[in-house]
Amino acid sequence: MLLRLFAEWGKMARWTLIAAAIISYPHFAPQFWVVNIGAYAIVLGIITLSLTFLAAYGGMVSLAQMTVAGVAGYTLAILSSHAANVGSAILPWPWALAIALGSGTLAGTLIGLVSVRTKGISLLMITLAIGMIFFYLTQQNTTLFHGFDGFRGVKAPIVFGMSLREPIVFYYLCMGVGISLYAAITYMVRTPFGIALQGIRDNPRRLAAIGYWVELHQVAAFGVAGFVAAVGGVLSLWYHGGISPGSVGITAMVNILIVAVIGGLGHPRGALIGALLFVLIQNFAIDLFIRERFNTVIGLTFLVIVLFSPDGLIGLWERLSRSRKRGLRSAPNGANN
Amino acid sequence: MDVSKITRILAVVFLVCGTVVSAAAQTSVRIGGVMTLEGPFTVLGQEAVRAMEMAFEEVNYSVAGKRIEWVKESSDGRPDVAVGKARKLIEQDKVDILIGPMSGGEGLAIKEYAKSVPGKTILNGFSAAQETTLVNPAPNFFRFGTDGAQWQAGLGSYVYDVKGYRTAAVVAGDYSFGYTQVLGFMTEFCAKGGKVKEKIWVPMGTKDFSSAIARIPDKVDAVYVMFGGADSVNFLTQYYQAGGKIPIIGGSNVTEQTVLSTKGPFQRHMIGIPSAHMVADGIEEPAYLEYVAKYKKRFPDGLAAPSAPFYGYYVATKAALKALAQVGGDLSGNQVKFREALAKLKLDTPTGPVTLDENRQAIANIFVTEVAQRPDGTLYTKVVKVMRNVNQTLGQPRDAFVARGVPSRDNPSCP
Repeated sequence: MLLRLFAEWGKMARWTLIAAAIISYPHFAPQFWVVNIGAYAIVLGIITLSLTFLAAYGGMVSLAQMTVAGVAGYTLAILSSHAANVGSAILPWPWALAIALGSGTLAGTLIGLVSVRTKGISLLMITLAIGMIFFYLTQQNTTLFHGFDGFRGVKAPIVFGMSLREPIVFYYLCMGVGISLYAAITYMVRTPFGIALQGIRDNPRRLAAIGYWVELHQVAAFGVAGFVAAVGGVLSLWYHGGISPGSVGITAMVNILIVAVIGGLGHPRGALIGALLFVLIQNFAIDLFIRERFNTVIGLTFLVIVLFSPDGLIGLWERLSRSRKRGLRSAPNGANN
Repeated sequence: MDVSKITRILAVVFLVCGTVVSAAAQTSVRIGGVMTLEGPFTVLGQEAVRAMEMAFEEVNYSVAGKRIEWVKESSDGRPDVAVGKARKLIEQDKVDILIGPMSGGEGLAIKEYAKSVPGKTILNGFSAAQETTLVNPAPNFFRFGTDGAQWQAGLGSYVYDVKGYRTAAVVAGDYSFGYTQVLGFMTEFCAKGGKVKEKIWVPMGTKDFSSAIARIPDKVDAVYVMFGGADSVNFLTQYYQAGGKIPIIGGSNVTEQTVLSTKGPFQRHMIGIPSAHMVADGIEEPAYLEYVAKYKKRFPDGLAAPSAPFYGYYVATKAALKALAQVGGDLSGNQVKFREALAKLKLDTPTGPVTLDENRQAIANIFVTEVAQRPDGTLYTKVVKVMRNVNQTLGQPRDAFVARGVPSRDNPSCP
């Protein structure tokens, strides 16, 4: 009993420690670490979270989550003040933000509608095609999307006299939004909808036979993922201060998949951990010993992770801790035998 | 969710934080370079590395008794990536001076970033967007190279007066650098009385130019073409295959060595194409010949001759070194002395003298050229006219020039 209390207490202490670390981080870390590493990793993590949710609980791997983020980002950029129409936003920012999130969710749902009857490679290909269509649309349309140059000088809104893009404010914003979305996803998978979705993932025929409308659940999952990606897209727009076709191009689309895979597609937390590692490698590979070959370092790191742990960092971690626990337990048993 | 995992991950992150941050030494000057070592401008990025290397080697990596520490970072040509790398160099690697970036969009983004680090100094590498220094300039952003509109100085008058062209059509890449170059060309051409009948903007990434070629009107004297290197090769090849007869006027990239030395049937049509740029193959000043010889000796595996990006980064680095020497390496007090020295600098470059205007934008020579053939059959740009000390407003009053607005698809217009 006492032992259990200690364990509970230890758990509480650790939670407090984590919360303290997250809250105090921007106060002792340099700005570069707060925004370019911390906040950006969370932004990337949120977009990836939408893919990990689809993959882990719906069994659907989509390449178009960056496209959904891009739809939201572009919508907000078009409706906001930017370098080409300084100070003359089309809508006040709360409306623009709502429409951007709505359009991202809608885009996610529509992508789901189009691709819901496919899976595996076919689903990847269809979502890739949708992503490329959007990429070329943004690159070639100058009236709405400003073509190759895209949008620059998009400023985050000012709330209570503070710009949301102020380094520390932006960090807390991303952290708050990231934690809320993560909590919402982990809650949702335990609701009847989430359970049904996982059932569909494991055996769609049986679920259909019981009377579930399989496609509806899957499209709804795409809609939820669309909303999450849209939030990431809005934060990404504020982070970069703009958006251009390069932000929704094939490299950006594949990067999301890479982040998801290195983190681990099995659980939502893989998205955030994968994003952190991805951002760290992207920034510091060039500082490792082979300056001229930093892209090789990036590639090799991903190769090693995928080779030795197909289920990503999360999988690696779980296997390590499982084998250690087994080691601890088996030692006395071994002595008895 | 397992708390211990997260604790451990955070611990690792903080450990990395602590070890990577390191203080800069006082006895050295740290100079950062942002260049494109990946993406579509990789070849240009390599030239930028060579340029900084050659400039540093000339002073044996030391200035005013201080050692030069050079930190390189790679961008892929995207503005957000360039800013991220600039931020890393300044905030993480603690560089005092930053040289870069390569392309127009990156330059605009880094200029905005420069305003948030007023204690550091940024010297533009090769980016040539006009707005970077014309509209809302940053006080710590210096550009010792000319912009994309300046590069076309003299071309409009030359084709009007010498070639006798009165009407033209424009076929150009649909992005800011295209608009800027077209503005540079049209400013003089329209002022002379020339008419640009049709502007055909081609989306980036287009490889099949047939629809653009079909839209070129028959009754114009010349076609002004402006694409990046590889796209220029594609366009010219398809234009001549389609039986294009109307003479071409080239934007700065159309007559670059990367295009001229590409093998193909379009080559024989290129002789005589007029163009203009901040450098030219055929400059015969002793200083330029010496510069080319030095490049060839130092980089036997480099290009046949130093490219325009090489020139841009080389001149920027030389400017930084000269100003550093003038102030005895003194970067104290938010680099005030160093910046004053930079602003007043009179730099002798291989292509002539460079000074800065009040927006810290270069006033320098521009070379109007025509493509010609050497006895060994290779093509080069022969200088037909040197425009001396071209300023950013192309000789017009600043207020009037700025009031005309930023270059765009419809600005300027003289149909």
